[in-house]
Order: sequence, then C-alpha cells, then structure tokens
Amino acid sequence: MRNWSRFLIGATLSVLLALGLTRFVGNEYFFFATYVVLQFIVLATAWNILGGYGGYVNFGASAFFAVGAYCAVALTQSYALALPLQILAAALVTGLLGFAVGALTLRLRGIYFSIATVAVAVICETVIMNWSFVGGARGTTVLQPAAPAFFSSYTRLLFFVMALLALLAVAFARFVETSWIGRGLRAIRDNEEAAESVGVPTLKLKLFAATASGALMGAAGAPFALYMNFIEPTSAFSLNYSVSALAMPLIGGSANWLGPVIGAILLAGTQQIVTVTISSELNVLIVGLLLVVFVVAAPHGILGLWHKLVARGGQRP
Amino acid sequence: MVKLSVNAIDAGYGAVHVLSGVSLEIRESETVALLGTNGNGKSTLMKCIMGLTPVTRGSIVLEDDEERIDLTTKSTQEIVALGIALVPEGRRLFPKLTVHENLLLGAFRAGARTEMQRNLDRCYAAFPVLRERSGQLAYSMSGGQQQMLAIARAVMSSPRILLVDEPSVGLSPMLVKQTMDMIGTLKRELGLTVLMAEQNFHETSRIADRGYVLVHGQIAFEGKNLQELLHSDLVKRHYLGA
Repeated sequence: MRNWSRFLIGATLSVLLALGLTRFVGNEYFFFATYVVLQFIVLATAWNILGGYGGYVNFGASAFFAVGAYCAVALTQSYALALPLQILAAALVTGLLGFAVGALTLRLRGIYFSIATVAVAVICETVIMNWSFVGGARGTTVLQPAAPAFFSSYTRLLFFVMALLALLAVAFARFVETSWIGRGLRAIRDNEEAAESVGVPTLKLKLFAATASGALMGAAGAPFALYMNFIEPTSAFSLNYSVSALAMPLIGGSANWLGPVIGAILLAGTQQIVTVTISSELNVLIVGLLLVVFVVAAPHGILGLWHKLVARGGQRP
Repeated sequence: MVKLSVNAIDAGYGAVHVLSGVSLEIRESETVALLGTNGNGKSTLMKCIMGLTPVTRGSIVLEDDEERIDLTTKSTQEIVALGIALVPEGRRLFPKLTVHENLLLGAFRAGARTEMQRNLDRCYAAFPVLRERSGQLAYSMSGGQQQMLAIARAVMSSPRILLVDEPSVGLSPMLVKQTMDMIGTLKRELGLTVLMAEQNFHETSRIADRGYVLVHGQIAFEGKNLQELLHSDLVKRHYLGA
C-alpha cells in the first residue's frame, strides 16, 4: 500500500506538471512532439498487458489504434460528440475487438496467435479503406474546434488529455501487475498447461487482458484525427504503430510497468528528434535497428540490464 | 466422508482411445496406487479427473456427506475449488517464476487465498529448503527440489484429495525414496486422501494402502489391500521379474 501512495503522489505531480506546461511553455512544437511520446506510452503500456505479462504477442496494435481513431471520426461526423465521449466510445469498440482477439487464444498460441493479429489489422484496414462515410482511401479532414478558455491552443488540450490517458494506462498496468491478475498472466506466459492444471482461470484472464489492452490502444488512437486535422487509412494503420507498441516494452523491459514507459520515451523521443533533424522516413528503420540491438544485447530490456548490473555490483565487497 | 469414484469411463485423444471402461474408487484418508507401465493410461486418467482431458463415456463422481458432484461437467478451476489437486507428471512448474510465486499460484482460487499464509507456513515447514530458496527461479533448482515444489504447490490449494502423477520420474533412487516418504508424511499430517500413479512398484508399496493395475487402458487387477497387490501374478510378472 505504501507503494501505491508513492505512486499516487507521483501521478498527482505529473498531472500538475502537465497542466503547468500548457500554461508556461511558449513553443507550440513542444506540445506537438510530446503528444506523440505520450501517445506511445499509452500504446506500449497497453500492449504490455497482454504481450508482456501474458506472453501473447500482438502484431496488430495499429489495428486497435486506427479503429479507435476512426471510431472517433465516425462519431464526430454523425453526432459531434465531445472529446471525452469520443475516447470512451473508441475504447468500448476496440475493447470489443480486443475481446474477439482474446477469443482467438482459445485455439492459437505463440507465433500462430501473432500471425492472426496481423490478419486482424489487414481486415480492419480493408474495411476502413472501403468505408466512404469516414473518407475511405482518400481520407477526411477533421477540424479542431475552438480551444476551451483554459488552454491557449487545441493541441495543448490534446497534450493534456493524452497525459491523463498515459497516467490512467500506467496506473491500470501497475494494478494488473501487482494483483492476482498479473500473477495469473505470468503463469500463463510461463506454462499455460500448468496454469490451467493448478486452477488458474486461463481463458478469463486472457480475455480480460486482451480486452483491456485493446481498449487502451483504441483510446490512444481516438484523438489522432483531431491532432492531425486529417486522417487517412495508410498513416492510421501505419506499421510504425504495430512495431513500436511491441518494441518499446521490449526495449524498456516488459516485466515491469515502468519498462514500456522508459521504452516509449526513449524510442518516441528519438523518433521525434530524427524526424526534425534527418527525415521522418527513417523512423521505422531506427525502431527496427534498436530492437535488434536490444534483443541481442539486453533481452530483458533496460530494466533487466539495470537489475543485472545492480545485482553484480551488490556481490562485490 | 469423502469419496471419489470413477465409473466406467472412456477417454482418448481424437481417434486414439486410451481408456475404456475404467472404474475405481478412492475413499477418505486412503493412499491408493495406480500402477502401470508407460502408455497404459495412468496420466490420462489423472487428467480426466482434473477435467483437463474430456471423458467420452461414464462419470466421475465426488461424494461427501452432503452432495454428489459429477466432475465430468466441471471445469478444472471448479474441480480445484472442490478440493482436488494434481501434482502433474514432469512437475510442470513455472520455470521462470520464483519458488515463492510458484507456491502462491497454487493458491489461486479465491477460497484458498484466505488460507494462503497458513498453507505457505505449512509448506515451508515441511520443505525447509523451499524457504531457503523462495526467491530463486524454479528452473534453477535440482530435480528433487523441483518435485518438492510441485507437491508443495498442490498443497497450497488446501486439497482434500491429492493426485500425484509419477513423482519418481527423473529422480535418483534415493530421491525417489525421500519423495515417497514426504508424500506419506504430508498425507498423515494434513489428513489427505492420495491417488498416486507410479511405475516404481517397490517404493509405492511402502506408502500405499491398496491399488489398481492399469493395462492397455483397462483395470487389469484390483488389490483390495497391500498383500493382495504384492501377491498378484500380474504385479509379479510386470514389476517383480518373476
């Protein structure tokens, strides 16, 4: 419990910090770039609930992200829903999609499950491509409404909303990790048959993890169209989301809730810098290269490497 | 009075029939041996009782003073919750989790969590080596210690009936002896009822009250007591080299 109170203090301070930043930072680009980093914190943390704790590797994060984004667009087009409701609706829809993907784990494990998630992404993209109400392959323009009085621009509001979402995702992941749910998921990752035979409700836990993971990834995508002022399928379903959602936890360390956060800040931060200084085309290449380096050099991520170094240091007199 | 009865069950995997018309009975505080060499269906029978392998015919009934429950309609989690625990063949630990976490996972069902601390103390008292190694990853322990952990993990669910599937697999003769003694001691101390599948007749006979011999998926012999089992021609032929 003491750990939770420390976490809550940290969370409150982060909210205040985010709020303060929107008041006192002048540079608009800062919010534009940080929004992306925060969005990847949500995406990576969400991915890690099923992939890191449960060991079911989802290669279709882009599907959840884009379906969340398009869900928000469709609702704006038809009902002009407020942003929080858009996010909630997107989370509901992608939660259902996650539930369906969770049901796949009944029959598919390991690499077969991963292949199926790629197929889910392709199916979703094809459907959106052919749905003219949300713009189809041409895409559609989504105009930002006027910013509420407190925020001097809409991007600043989106930055703050994404900061809240990131906190929510991290708090949720931390709850899962430290509770019975996390212990059960770790057992599934380690040896699913054994988990079943000691009475762990494996299917229930997998469905829960897949649903929660999907809902959070969809929530991360919901404000995407407003942020870009425009949406089209190829960028919303970009391979970058699928690869990053998986690479960030692996690079940070997938056993701990902090891992995806570290990975997202490091990778998304690097990507933002590279986009400005070199070229945005290099992004996926950089993610790929870093992933290869880490899988070889630090298979348990930065946190794993850190623990190893601390353990080794502790042994020395 | 707890009684587990298996009534004329058939089971198999797809087109392969493993068990046909198997019946047996385990009564409270007995240690019943299930003997048979490899491939005769011992493990399948254990998995059928746990609901891990579906039964195609017959029933498996758990009886106590109040009720009769057909286990073939229950999920594994429900069967564990009814007080039946399995120590699987080959131990089936969670290799990359610590000894402590392995034990806690044995108490996953909601009912067992309230008694978790007491059971944990019991397990650590019965197996002091597990307490010493509670932070160690399960795969890094020796075979004998892993077997202890597998048994302790099953005890964590507060079972009434303990199913032990070939505890001697992969252990040296001395460790087999120790493991059998341990099962005997636990059974006495915790008032368990035990069904143990084994190939090692000699060691099994030290703790068993009676037993069945399974041959080609059928009960070939039932020894109503240890003497009957010891003097059975079948057992002599298969196990005693006569």
